[in-house]
Amino acid sequence: MGNAAIELIGIDKSFGLVRANRDISLKIPAGTIHGIIGENGAGKSTLMSILYGFYQADRGEILIHGEKAKIETPSDAIARGIGMVHQHFMLVHNFTVLENIILGAEGEPLLNTSIAKARAELQRLEREYGLEVDPDAIVEDLPVGLQQRVEILKALYRGAEILILDEPTGVLTPAEADHLFRILRQLKEEGKTVVLITHKLREIMAVTDNVSVMRQGALVATSKTSETTVEELAELMVGRRVLLRVEKGPAAPGDVLLSVKNLTVKDSRGVTMVDDVSFDLRTGEIVGIAGVAGNGQSELLETITGIRKAVSGTVTLDGIPIDLTGAADPSELRARGLAHVPEDRHHMGLVLPFDESENSILGYHRQEKYAKGPILDVDAIRNDAEEKIRKYDIRPPNPQLKTANFSGGNQQKIVLAREMEQDPKVLIVGQPTRGVDVGGIEFIHKRLIEMRDRGKAVLLVSVELDEIRSLSDRILVMFAGRIVGERAGDATEGELGLLMAGVDERETAA
Amino acid sequence: MSTPYAKLPAWADYGLIPLINLFVAFIVAGLVVLLIGENPFRAAAILVEGALGRGQAIAYTLYYATSFIFTGLAVAVAFHCGLFNIGGEGQAYVGGLGVALVCLAFDSILPWWLTFPIAIVGAAVFGAAWAFIPAYLQARRGSHIVITTIMFNFIAASLMVYLLVNVLKPAASQAPQTRTFLEGGQLPKLNFLFDAIGLTVRSSPFNVSFLLALLAAFLVWVLIWRTRLGYEIRTRGHSPKAARYAGVSETRIIIITMLVSGALAGMMALNPVMGDQNRLQIDFVTGAGFVGIAVALMGRSHPAGIVPAAILFGILYQGGAELAFEMPGISRDMIVIIQGLVILFAGALENMFRPSLQALFANIRPSSVGVEAKQGERA
Repeated sequence: MGNAAIELIGIDKSFGLVRANRDISLKIPAGTIHGIIGENGAGKSTLMSILYGFYQADRGEILIHGEKAKIETPSDAIARGIGMVHQHFMLVHNFTVLENIILGAEGEPLLNTSIAKARAELQRLEREYGLEVDPDAIVEDLPVGLQQRVEILKALYRGAEILILDEPTGVLTPAEADHLFRILRQLKEEGKTVVLITHKLREIMAVTDNVSVMRQGALVATSKTSETTVEELAELMVGRRVLLRVEKGPAAPGDVLLSVKNLTVKDSRGVTMVDDVSFDLRTGEIVGIAGVAGNGQSELLETITGIRKAVSGTVTLDGIPIDLTGAADPSELRARGLAHVPEDRHHMGLVLPFDESENSILGYHRQEKYAKGPILDVDAIRNDAEEKIRKYDIRPPNPQLKTANFSGGNQQKIVLAREMEQDPKVLIVGQPTRGVDVGGIEFIHKRLIEMRDRGKAVLLVSVELDEIRSLSDRILVMFAGRIVGERAGDATEGELGLLMAGVDERETAA
Repeated sequence: MSTPYAKLPAWADYGLIPLINLFVAFIVAGLVVLLIGENPFRAAAILVEGALGRGQAIAYTLYYATSFIFTGLAVAVAFHCGLFNIGGEGQAYVGGLGVALVCLAFDSILPWWLTFPIAIVGAAVFGAAWAFIPAYLQARRGSHIVITTIMFNFIAASLMVYLLVNVLKPAASQAPQTRTFLEGGQLPKLNFLFDAIGLTVRSSPFNVSFLLALLAAFLVWVLIWRTRLGYEIRTRGHSPKAARYAGVSETRIIIITMLVSGALAGMMALNPVMGDQNRLQIDFVTGAGFVGIAVALMGRSHPAGIVPAAILFGILYQGGAELAFEMPGISRDMIVIIQGLVILFAGALENMFRPSLQALFANIRPSSVGVEAKQGERA
C-alpha cells in the first residue's frame, strides 16, 4: 500500500473524560472504497470530523497523499481535496442546485460569471460520473436522493479527490441506495478515494473494497471486504456473538383492536401528509409500516396517538372512537391501553435534563400510585424506576442520573420500559432502534416479539427495511401519505423497495 | 459524544460558578472605579461596611432582599415552564393595588395579623390577574410573552398613575398616593431579631414579609420539584413536544404557570406597601421586578440559589446607597453600572467560565463528573 490517499497515525481524541478515539492508525489506499463500520458512539463520526477539520486530534498525525497535513478547519480539508457528504444535508432549501454548488466558492462579487463557469463544470461532472441533476431546480423540490447527489457534486466541484460519506443511505430507498453505490463505483474508476461510514453491514459487503471496524473509540480490525463475512463484522463491532435474525414463531392474530378508516391529515401548511389511510391492527400481531422517511409515517403515528389532529376519518381503539380534533388527551388514551414509543426520543419520548426516574413516569405521572394528593411520591417513583432498570437491564443502573447521560440504546430502553410495563393493549412504536447499537437492537426486537406473543397488538413504523421485515407479520408500505400496498411479513426487499419508491402495484403487474 | 464536556458536581454548578462570576464582576467594577479616580478597595470596603457593617445596615439589606426574593421566584417559576416573564415590575405594581385596597378596607376594623392574610391574597390575585392577559395571549394566540409582558409594564405604570391621581388620592392631598394605613394595615418590623443577637437597629423597614418570602421560597421548591403540577411545568419548559406527548395541555400549563408567577411578583408589594411606606405610592416597585430577572438567573432558578442571590443584590442596593453617599466621585449612576456588571457576569455570561471549569474537573476528579459509566456501556 505504497500509495495511500489518507494515512492516520496514532489519532487520539478525548472529550473531557470520554476517549472518543484511541490511538487510531489507518491507511486508506487511493482509488478504493473504504468502509468504516461501528456501533453508535464507537467514534466513527469523531474520526471523520477530525479528518474534515471540525475537531482537532489531541495527538497523532494525518498524511494526505503521503504529505503531512495540518487540518484545522473544513477549508483546510477542502484545500487538501477532501470532500464530505453529511448525514443531514447542508443545503439551502430555497436555492437552485447551481446556487448551492457555488455557495462558499463564488469567487467574485458578481455571480453571473461564476454561475456560467459552474454550469460548464457541472455538465462535465455529469458526463463523467453520471450524476444527472437539473442545475436550475430548486433544491427543496428535489427528492432526497437527488439532494444527496447535489451534495456529492458540491464536493466534486471543489476538487475533492477524497470523498467521505456519513451514513449516506439512511434517507434513501433501496433503489436509490443502489444508484448511489453505482455512482461511488464510478468515482472509484476515475481514481477518487471514497470513505463510507455506516452501521449497515449489508452496504459494506455490497460496495467496499476494504473495511475497518471501530469499537469504543478504537480501531479493532481492518481487512479486505472479500475476506470477511457479515457475521464476523457484527461480532467485531459488538465484541460478542449477535443474533442478526430475530427468532419468532407464527403469529396468532385475534380481534381487531385498532381500526383506522379513511384517515387524512394535513400539516400546518395545509399539505396533505396522510391521505385516506385505512387499516386494522389485531391482537397478537405486529404490523409494520415501511416507507422512506417523510412519507407521512410520523404524522400517522402522531394522529393515532392523539398528538396531532386529523382532517377527516376515524380511528377506533377497542371499538371506541379516538378524538381526532386535536383536543384528545394522550393520557386518557394511555389509560385506555394505547402506549406510544415515539420516533423522536430526544424531544418527545424523553425530557433529557430529567432524572431517569422522572422520565420513567412521563405521561403516566398522574397515576395515583406515583403521588400522594398533588405531591409526587418520590420514593414510589424511584422504586418503580429501579424495578424497570432491573427488568430491562438499563445501564448505568442509577435512577437519579440525568437521562442525557445514558447511551442511545439505554435511553430507548427507558422509553420502552415505561410504555411496556403499563401492560398496554396496543403498542405504537416509531423507529424503535434508531441510534441504538446492535446489542440493543437484539434486546428491543425480542421484547417486541414477546409483546406480540402475549396477545398485544403492535404497530411498528421504521425506515429500516430489515427491521420491518424481520419483525412484522404484515407489512404496509407508505408512499406520499398513502398506503400503496400490503404484503406478508416474508415479502422480499425488492418488492417492498419498488412500493417504497412509489411504483404502483397495478402498474407493475401490467 | 453528545455531551463533549463532563458534567459538574452540584456544588460547583451552584456555588463555585456564581462565586467566580461575582469575583470577575467585582474586578471589572473595580477597574471602573479606578478609572474615575477613586480607590476601588476603599469603595469595596465602604460598600460591604454599608451593607453589613451594622445591625441597621443588615436590616436594610434584608428589606431590599425581601422584595428581590419575591420577584426572583416569580421569574424562576416562569423560567421552569420555558417562559420569560419580564413583567414582574408591572405585576408587582398592580399587586400593590391589591394590597392597598385590602388595607384601606380593613385597617380600621381588623388587627394586622388578620389583614395580612387577606392582603397576601389581594396582592397575589391582582398580580396574577395582570399576568393572566399576556399568558392568555401567549397560550391561545401565540403572542410572544416577552413582548406582551414588557408592554404590560408600561400599561401598569400608566394605569396606576391614573388610579392614584384620580381615584385613590384623598381629596385634600397634593401627593399622588393613598392615605396612610392605620395600625391594622401595617406589618410589624422584625428589628427585635437583631436586638436578640446583640445588634442595635434604630429604625428600619425590615418587616415580617421577609418571613413570608422565605416561606414562599420553600413552597416554590415544593411546587417545582415535588408536585405533579411542577413536573408538568418542567416538562413543558424543557420540551413542549414531550409535554404534548405526556398529555400536558400547553394552554393550561402556560396560564397556570403565569398565574403563579404573577402572584409571586404581586406579593412583592406587601414588603414596601404594607411593611414600610404604609400607603400606596407612585413607582414604589423601583426596579425590583427587573432585578428579579438577574436574581433568578444568578440563582439558577432554584429557591436555594435565589435567596442568597436576592441577599447579594440587597447588599448591592444598600451598600451602593452608602457608597454614593460616602464617595462623591461615585454617583448613583455608577452604582447602577456596578449592579449592571454583576448582572452581566452572573446572568448573561453565565456560561463563560463553565467550559474551562468542566475541562478542569474532568481532569482532576474523574469520578465526580459521572462519565465513566457512559463509556463502554452497551445497551
